[in-house]
Amino acid sequence: MTGSDAMARSLKEEGVEVLFGYTGAAIAPFYDSLATETKIHSVLVRTEQSAAHMASGYARMTGRVGVCAVTSGPGATNLLTGIATAFADSIPLVCITGQVNSALIGSDVFQEADIIGAAESFVKYSYLIRDAADIPQVFKEAFHIAGTGRKGPVLIDVPQDVMEASIGKFHYPESVSLRSYKPTVKGNVVQIRKVITELTKAERPILCVGGGVISSGAVKIIREFAHRFDIPVVSTMMGIGVMPTEDMLYFGMVGNNGEPAANQAMNESDLLLMVGARVADRAVNRPDLITENKVLVHIDVDPAEIGKNVGPTIPIVGDIRHIFTELMEQESLSKVPENHSTWLNTLYAGKKSERSVPAASDEYVDPKAFYDALSSAMDEDAVFVADVGQNQIWSCRYVRVRAGRFLTSGGMGTMGYSIPAAIGARIACPDRQVLAVCGDGAFQMSMMELATMRQEHAAIKVIVLTNKRLGMVREYQHMHLHDRYEMVKLEGDPDLKLVAEAYGMPYHRIDGKSALDKELGIFLRQEEAGILEVMIDPDALTPR
Amino acid sequence: MNNKIYSVLVENRSGVLSKVAGLFSRRSFNIDSLVVGETDDRNVSCMTIVSSGDERTLEQIEKQLNKKIDVIKVKTFEEPSAVARELMLIKVRYNKSNRRDIMENCEIMHAQIVNISKSMMLIQICDEPENIKTFIAMMKSVSIVEIARTGTVALPKCAD
Repeated sequence: MTGSDAMARSLKEEGVEVLFGYTGAAIAPFYDSLATETKIHSVLVRTEQSAAHMASGYARMTGRVGVCAVTSGPGATNLLTGIATAFADSIPLVCITGQVNSALIGSDVFQEADIIGAAESFVKYSYLIRDAADIPQVFKEAFHIAGTGRKGPVLIDVPQDVMEASIGKFHYPESVSLRSYKPTVKGNVVQIRKVITELTKAERPILCVGGGVISSGAVKIIREFAHRFDIPVVSTMMGIGVMPTEDMLYFGMVGNNGEPAANQAMNESDLLLMVGARVADRAVNRPDLITENKVLVHIDVDPAEIGKNVGPTIPIVGDIRHIFTELMEQESLSKVPENHSTWLNTLYAGKKSERSVPAASDEYVDPKAFYDALSSAMDEDAVFVADVGQNQIWSCRYVRVRAGRFLTSGGMGTMGYSIPAAIGARIACPDRQVLAVCGDGAFQMSMMELATMRQEHAAIKVIVLTNKRLGMVREYQHMHLHDRYEMVKLEGDPDLKLVAEAYGMPYHRIDGKSALDKELGIFLRQEEAGILEVMIDPDALTPR
Repeated sequence: MNNKIYSVLVENRSGVLSKVAGLFSRRSFNIDSLVVGETDDRNVSCMTIVSSGDERTLEQIEKQLNKKIDVIKVKTFEEPSAVARELMLIKVRYNKSNRRDIMENCEIMHAQIVNISKSMMLIQICDEPENIKTFIAMMKSVSIVEIARTGTVALPKCAD
């Protein structure tokens, strides 16, 4: 048995069913072993960055560790943005890179890059395997580290000679024991009881939920908790979908681009429970001021997040699902009021429903009107993958999540995330409707993956909001740079109808004259993948 | 700005130093000094890091160090509760008129002359970081040729 056989067998032992990657000389032995030793399906992407995004979409939908494998040098460096994107959003990945022969490391040979060094600040951990005998142990540890505690990407760099070396009997370790890595799962009961005391006293409690709620599998218990005690909920961008958009207790996304009612609710609360959220600058305008008029409870699996941006009154470290399960079992909960209608009524009064503007012209569709129609037309459990740019803000603000999921690159804001992540999500859930919604800028950063989509028969509904601009930056220039629109005009763009045709996909187009519901119905009902182009006014702004 | 000493036990593996040092640069934490050496267990190294910053930064440093998977244990202490030592070699130029002075200063500061030539002497001093600073200041009036310092190592004071 060779090192690469052991790599393949290790993935099999971990229950990996699919991985995403791109081959090359330094990783070819691995793909060879993968095909001979296992039934794992490998998806050939069109550029390495997409492999990490696909693994991310896959991991987010399955709740398991996503895997990608690429070659050394440029293959590995192309993967970096994808790794950083996963790191920023705490998505569990195992990223395998081929490396040049051990003896050549450090001599700048063909396709050599120090990927461990390059990726250091945005991996949870990394390994350079020197001895093929270490492979099973390293893989076991890597999956454990990636998928526990605060999840994140782990990088395994394997020199080609290590893959080719023969090892004795393959033995996969049953458990991992790392003396320096023991993430806290159970929350401190004393702290949990303090939270209950605060809940008993509070008149205006609020829950702010982040991506941590989803990654710990705590969505159900958080909903239960909010409903039992009649507590309003707001979310960060990563927490969209924890509450159904139309839940009476949900007030939307907070932050600079958030719902005014959500920000108001957070500001006016006297008890704020931050759950699985980082309190980052995009969500909270002035983190240092947040505790001025309220008690702040911060619950997170990562002790370093607590107190990083704001000093909480009550910190609790641990797994959110465990903590809320424990909390819900406390006897003293009976003293916590189960009705907060006075507080809720104040918030309802501030919740103005934004009216959608009818199409201003025959040419363009109003974004709000489009998202309204799309939300009604898409499946109840659709997976909605939002890209980055104005479209991301429109998606966050306007899409109605019912029983579906909302995925986006929240922390890193990586353009071009939606199409590859949607492919990963669809491969994870072949029976669910998956939509990738992007702008014409991001589309061109990932349009090569239309081929992967076709090769994998992944029927993604690609929706491109075309305004021939890099709209988010244009908006920034409008606000802060005296309307000097440099570097934001997209000229020479391809005709998407011809692009769709070139990839053998149906093309649909919606403009101001279109009957939205009807057109969306036709587009979404088709079996195969397709591209829908939606014409948006270049002057359209995101809501304030 | 406060000072803090971090005594960090890490797995003795290749790349660990760059992971820890990289953490400081990536998060804009200061490193005033950093010393690494093996412990009695050859699988474990001890890094002694002195850093400065406001209270929140110093707390973040500890938390971020603890997050590193190669970090086994982090102990922090401030100087009064620890014994902190630094070793310095300092080469100075001397002449007849100041030789006595230098020797007296060495005596006061418990420094030793460990090497000497016709015009230069090499002095060794091992003391608290504060006294090392004082000694440098004393030698400035002479003529310092070059200096090598180890950085601070420290352990908490004995307590039963």
